[in-house]
Amino acid sequence: MSKRTVELELATPGLDARGEPLRVPLGVAEPNLDAEHMLINIGPQHPATHGVLRLVVELDGETVVQVIPHLGYLHSGFEKLGEYRHYNQIIPLTDRTDYLSPMANNVGFALAAEKLMGITITPRCTVLRVIACEMSRIISHMVWLGTTSIDLGAFTPFLWAFQERERIYNLQEMWTGARLTTSVTRVGGLMADVPDDFVAGLRHFTRTFPKTLSEIDRVLTRNAVWVGRTQGVGVLTAGEAINHSLSGPMLRASGVAYDVRKDKPYLDYETYDFDVVVGEHGDVYDRYLVRLEECSQSNRILQQALDRLPDGPVNIADPRVILPPKSRAMNDMEAMIYHFKQVMEGVKAPVGEAYVGIENPKGELGTYLVSDGTAKPVRWRIRPPSFINLSALPRMAAGHLLSDLIAINASVDIVMGEVDR
Amino acid sequence: MNPSVDALRATFGTAIGRALESCGDTIVYVGRDALRDVMAWLRDTPEHTYDYLVDVTAVEYRDRERSLEVVYGLRSLARRADLRVKVELEPQGDLTVDSVVPLWRGADWLEREVYDMFGITFRGHPDLRRILMWETYAEGFPLRKDFPLRGRFSRAEQVRQALAAHPEAHYSMEELSIAEAYEELPADMKERLRRGERGTLPEPE
Repeated sequence: MSKRTVELELATPGLDARGEPLRVPLGVAEPNLDAEHMLINIGPQHPATHGVLRLVVELDGETVVQVIPHLGYLHSGFEKLGEYRHYNQIIPLTDRTDYLSPMANNVGFALAAEKLMGITITPRCTVLRVIACEMSRIISHMVWLGTTSIDLGAFTPFLWAFQERERIYNLQEMWTGARLTTSVTRVGGLMADVPDDFVAGLRHFTRTFPKTLSEIDRVLTRNAVWVGRTQGVGVLTAGEAINHSLSGPMLRASGVAYDVRKDKPYLDYETYDFDVVVGEHGDVYDRYLVRLEECSQSNRILQQALDRLPDGPVNIADPRVILPPKSRAMNDMEAMIYHFKQVMEGVKAPVGEAYVGIENPKGELGTYLVSDGTAKPVRWRIRPPSFINLSALPRMAAGHLLSDLIAINASVDIVMGEVDR
Repeated sequence: MNPSVDALRATFGTAIGRALESCGDTIVYVGRDALRDVMAWLRDTPEHTYDYLVDVTAVEYRDRERSLEVVYGLRSLARRADLRVKVELEPQGDLTVDSVVPLWRGADWLEREVYDMFGITFRGHPDLRRILMWETYAEGFPLRKDFPLRGRFSRAEQVRQALAAHPEAHYSMEELSIAEAYEELPADMKERLRRGERGTLPEPE
């Protein structure tokens, strides 16, 4: 019960014996509204739901009684489509799942397909894929930071964050020709090596990016409004976070030091020097701190990757998997046969199944591929991190105010392309 | 091979089917009736502690003779070990398995998605309804192999149904009960409520 008091307008003059206005505790005069629960609908077209998420909220006054999420407005049946595509043809579909970190999705799928086929990629490709993953982490966290600060009433960090994201997008465009739908990987390599001035451009970014991070840190971390809106809101304990299968920053903010990059390393992540950022309280504020610090850790990894980037080919030298260069396919009989067989028949995977989980910005992105020996997977399953993280929303939001629901929903960092697939 | 497989065999005997390795991951088949016990044992036994449920999904093979598989990805966060548990179901038979939601809350939406996409029923799930497709979706289960890529209904029929849908049909029965919107409901939804489908009838005046 609130300790605030209000002045009441009574039928009587409303003054006490000494002529002062009558002041009574709020709880006493409050009319009984217990029976009147209200149902409100947020979304699917609502900026604070970060996409086409629809929340039906039962409210008691301004307190959330329960949240019933409705999904599927962006359901595109990617997993079904994948069963009718060659492995390399699926990669463009992965762009469109978590479209805020397309390069990391491409890497996740390629790693699973390579595990299934038993392919070992080249050293240069490994480092370039690390660069792709960490660039994705930075842009995804920047979008999260910008949109969440707007949800909570801070407009300036949004502009700073999106400027940084723009610089990475320019680098992605330089590399792949596309800003959003990058499709950068191929099974066994990459769609292209990085262009000449890419390394210099990325170096410039890693030198200047920490300044923006410290500016964002200065404007938000000790900001009274930000702290008041986020601390103690949407708390999940470590046990609850594990029980809800949360992953990524959501899990680590609750104090569980689990990072796929450290605990089940892929792409030689164990050889990079970086810290796993762990929160303490599992509230919205800790999720913010974790993501902010992860950006500087990603920056560190980018610097190390640029330092060690070896020369050499990006694709493996297996003509059954990697398309020959167009000039050779046109002039060399053998290359033309391989080209024809790959385009018409696709790359065949042996019978078996493979699961690869990678640490995406949103959490653990799993790719589960089942093959029956043909060029098309029997089953392509995406373990969608933001779908699973979002499933804890009803649990986190119950009992909070409606305005806190917006903060909690923002803290999950969902992207509906991946939630609905 | 993951040592948990031998421990499972020693504890559960014939309820544990074959075990195999694929691309370095251990897969163990479990009888449908023992699933809940096996999962609880794997989660709670100190030397195994698979405390984290990575994923729940299902696989149907192109080969019609092969059974449908429900796939559980388990992980021990402390030991950094993975185990994949599978349950086989006859595609033409009873597609029911026990829900693991009592063990892991995270299985809630994952099982709903498997139900939505494959039509597998999870016994004991607190709220088993479609999640990606809408509640009244009538074309079947999209990820089954007998489901055509473009859907069962023609595009014209899909559009007709979308346009004919009552606006209130975008709310579930449960939500409409909260909003006390019974009087405004179309006849078929009133009928569904009367049949006792999720949600409550208003008290007679």
